[in-house]
Amino acid sequence: MTPILHIQDLTKTYQSTGQTLTVLDNINFSVEAGSTISIVGPSGSGKTTLLGLCAGLDRSTSGMVELNGIRLDTLTEDARAQVRNQYVGFIFQNFQLLPTLTALENVMVPLELRGERNIKPQAIDLLDKVGLANRSHHYPAQLSGGEQQRVSLARAFSNKPKILFADEPTGNLDAETGERVEKLIFDLNREAGTTLVLVTHDAELASRTQRILRMKGGKLISDERTESFSGSTLGQQTGFN
Amino acid sequence: MTNLNFPWLVKMAWRDSRRNRSRLFLFISSIILGIAALVAIFSFGYNLREDIDDQAKELIGADLVITSNRPVNPKMLPLLDSLGTRRSRERSFASMILFPKNQGTRLVQIRALEGQFPYYGELETVPASAAQNFREGQQAIVDKTLMLQFDARVGDSIKVGEVTFQIVGILNKAPGQTGISATVAPAVYIPLRYLPQTGLEQKGSRINYLFYYKFGNQTDVQQLVKKLEPRLEKEALNTETIETQREDMGRSLQDLTNFLALVGFIALLLGSIGVASAIHVYIREKLRSIAILRCMGVSAVQAFLIYLIQILGIGLLGSIIGAVLGTVVQQLLPKVLEDLLPIDITVGISWLAIFQAIGLGLIISLLFALLPLVSVRNVSPLNTLRISLESTGMFKDPLKWLVYALILLFIFGFTYLQTQNLKEAGYFTLGVLGGFIVLAGIAAALMWAVRRFFPESWSYLWRQGLANLFRPNNQTLILIVSIGLGTAFICTLYFVQTILMNRVTLAARENQPNMVLFDIQQGQRAAVASLTKQQGLPVIQQVPIVTMRIEEINGLTAEKALEDSTSGVSPRAFQREIRSTFRSVLMDSERITDGTWLGKVNSPSDTIYVSIENNYAERIKVKVGDQIVFNVQGALIPTVVGSLREVDWNRIQTNFRVVFPVGVLEEAPQFHVLITKVPSAEASAKFQQAVVRQFPNISIIDLELILSVMDELMDKIGFVIRFMAAFSIITGLVVLVASVLISKYQRMQESVLLRTIGASKKQIFAITALEYFFLGALAAGTGIVLSLIGSWALAKYSFETSFTPQPWPVLILFLMISLLTVLIGLFNSRSVVNQSPLEILRSES
Repeated sequence: MTPILHIQDLTKTYQSTGQTLTVLDNINFSVEAGSTISIVGPSGSGKTTLLGLCAGLDRSTSGMVELNGIRLDTLTEDARAQVRNQYVGFIFQNFQLLPTLTALENVMVPLELRGERNIKPQAIDLLDKVGLANRSHHYPAQLSGGEQQRVSLARAFSNKPKILFADEPTGNLDAETGERVEKLIFDLNREAGTTLVLVTHDAELASRTQRILRMKGGKLISDERTESFSGSTLGQQTGFN
Repeated sequence: MTNLNFPWLVKMAWRDSRRNRSRLFLFISSIILGIAALVAIFSFGYNLREDIDDQAKELIGADLVITSNRPVNPKMLPLLDSLGTRRSRERSFASMILFPKNQGTRLVQIRALEGQFPYYGELETVPASAAQNFREGQQAIVDKTLMLQFDARVGDSIKVGEVTFQIVGILNKAPGQTGISATVAPAVYIPLRYLPQTGLEQKGSRINYLFYYKFGNQTDVQQLVKKLEPRLEKEALNTETIETQREDMGRSLQDLTNFLALVGFIALLLGSIGVASAIHVYIREKLRSIAILRCMGVSAVQAFLIYLIQILGIGLLGSIIGAVLGTVVQQLLPKVLEDLLPIDITVGISWLAIFQAIGLGLIISLLFALLPLVSVRNVSPLNTLRISLESTGMFKDPLKWLVYALILLFIFGFTYLQTQNLKEAGYFTLGVLGGFIVLAGIAAALMWAVRRFFPESWSYLWRQGLANLFRPNNQTLILIVSIGLGTAFICTLYFVQTILMNRVTLAARENQPNMVLFDIQQGQRAAVASLTKQQGLPVIQQVPIVTMRIEEINGLTAEKALEDSTSGVSPRAFQREIRSTFRSVLMDSERITDGTWLGKVNSPSDTIYVSIENNYAERIKVKVGDQIVFNVQGALIPTVVGSLREVDWNRIQTNFRVVFPVGVLEEAPQFHVLITKVPSAEASAKFQQAVVRQFPNISIIDLELILSVMDELMDKIGFVIRFMAAFSIITGLVVLVASVLISKYQRMQESVLLRTIGASKKQIFAITALEYFFLGALAAGTGIVLSLIGSWALAKYSFETSFTPQPWPVLILFLMISLLTVLIGLFNSRSVVNQSPLEILRSES
């Protein structure tokens, strides 16, 4: 199978008070379509920066990011935005719902952006799947944290993404709610056949993905296949340095 | 996303504004008053133009008016008597009148009329029949202010020169007369045929000769005037027609409305800066939403457009509300300006004015909102993962520079449309830019100073209040600019008023003369001086005055000057009547700037060296050594310019443009001016009565009268300026309310935290009050300092007088503005202070 995400020699540095700060240092890996992968590591190890670069939210200092065969590192911000709208879904630790839009409208936005019509039934269906059909007209402020994250999940899947990026999706939720949201993520992911890239501190959550990339000080220090990994379904993983 | 998907952008703009509409409206409310001011002034201007067109006939009262400031050459009379189908004549001059009933005296404008003038419009009198009747006998109609002042009734009499007239009516309005002109010189109409008997028509009297004509419908008056003009001009006769009246009036009123429009425009600019500041804070709060949208694939342009649509929508709403308010305010403008205008002003809705102002509102809210809005393009989707502190500074984003340039271009363009003068528009734009830069510079310097010299030893509450001035997202700059500008406006107005009044009252002090008697005939000279002394009053100065005009300058006559426009000498220089004197010494108000002063001519064959006032010399283009031939009532006197003088015109004394040496004009027809000092109002009244009784031809200028007229004038003009300044000041206050409410959302968090860790309501209240006090005090202080500098410069360079501001009114203004800022600040922050922390936490979640 061809990789949906291919990262090669990826480096990200920042200039701060005359000094160069290397946040990501020569990262290489690939992710096969339909697989699940988690990026783990201590705070400040560069996980979130890596996620941002993989999803085309930011531009690398050097190296290549290829998503669904498209070189992101050579695209303009607006072209990357188009790629995000077509192929990418997001789930954030802080839910990141638009506060002025209802739950339903939040789910509809990615579809509206594509100019699709008659999207309401589709959005309601997604809300129904996350168990919030009856809260569709509520604003984010009127929903609990767990409910907000479920709306965010419905939104993430609304544009039928090829790859879903999740940044600490349960980090702001209590254990029980977190568990429910986790289940939903994996269920929806399986159902839609989406690739899942997830950044987390939570070892248990990471263990549910097929592969774990460990980071430290901006470097990828290990790439492990977990028990969830089934060698028969995945092709050969490209190694890391 | 190549397709912008405009309908979706509008939908998104609408949705995104949901929880912010009242706030957005608050931002835009800052421009409402500016728009209102402009709609009111534009509508007023358009209505005025129509009114002038409609009323030009009534303003001039005839189809053609020919005027002259000297007796008309008898050769011209056949021509003057042949024009028109109906004719009237008038002689108009300043003179004293006496109310025998109470012995009251006053300088008035006598208008001796013959014929049925006015042919258009009417002399509005009470009773109405008096406008016609007074012409039939020894009767007069008297201006209403004069009647009130002397408690006179119809049926009473007035004495004009030697003749007593019965008052048959009160004059409410005459063609072309304004409230102001009635205050300065109230009119008294008498029949022309009694003028000779009054004895006021003596040589040297300053009389205007007017000839009014009505023509048949088929006559093209403009064409006729064109044909007659060369002959009339040669005899120094001027013409006025309905058309020229319309143009002149239109031009001067256009100047007035343009001036008012610029004042209104400043209010709008002030409000716009408020908008820019508010949108800046708004966009900062929207960073997260923008980043989320960007994550989902919204392009930079789309994100920018979503907020642009919001601003345009709310700008349109604000402009429409401003237009409605302006239409209401417009009803007040005629009331404010009626005393300054000679026409009846109608009030009507002007759609053109409304559309112009709405367009202006949209452009200006767009331009000023663009400043913070262009940053939206640079919001990275990464902000969803972590709020980035990277902000694009002005210097990094060339688009911001473009927006600044567009704003300046817009200000320049608008001003140019108002003034039609590139230079003036440039100065105004630079002035506005300079004013804002100075205020903003002072604000920035103050913030720096507060930070640099922070009083660490102060108590916590004071330190916290003071620190709020430079905390992130503070509104210090915008508030200091807007409140400061408003304060500077009021303060300068007050200072200028005091400077002007001081200048006049200075003259009234102790040993300064305060009464001028003029039109004293040669034969009355000694008698008037002796009467003055009899009354126990000093004769401070007694000066002969000889009227003359210029016949030739370096061989150039009026005709040649007319033909040869390259000479640089205006033909008007030859027409003007000059009042000159002769003496052997310089006065202490004069200083020779060029040439030598020669006070005496020894023999008739000697060259006569005259001294010319330097500004006048510049106007008629002469220098030392040039030759001027004067026509002294028929006698031609060749002279040479011997010296140029600088004259202090501010003194209460006679000053002259041209001074002859002694030994030349002694035998010429002349009249005299006597200057004295009266100690009290009673002495003044007694002296005036005695003079008017014995010498009715003599006119008296009483400084007290000038003072009261000045006072009234300043009141009326001051009211107009205050009315317009009010727009800026109220805009400043609206910006203040908006800024306080915007910062409230930021303050909430901190107050909640402070309340949670145990701060009392009283402490939060004190911190808030102190912060607004510092803000108000800094803003008012900055405004007052600016105004002090401006007023000092005005006093020194424009009014050429000293400037000593009185501390009390300034202090009161300072305290009032500071207090107002505190009150508005506290009133709008009351929810922060009064709500429980829990409530706020819930509402914020």
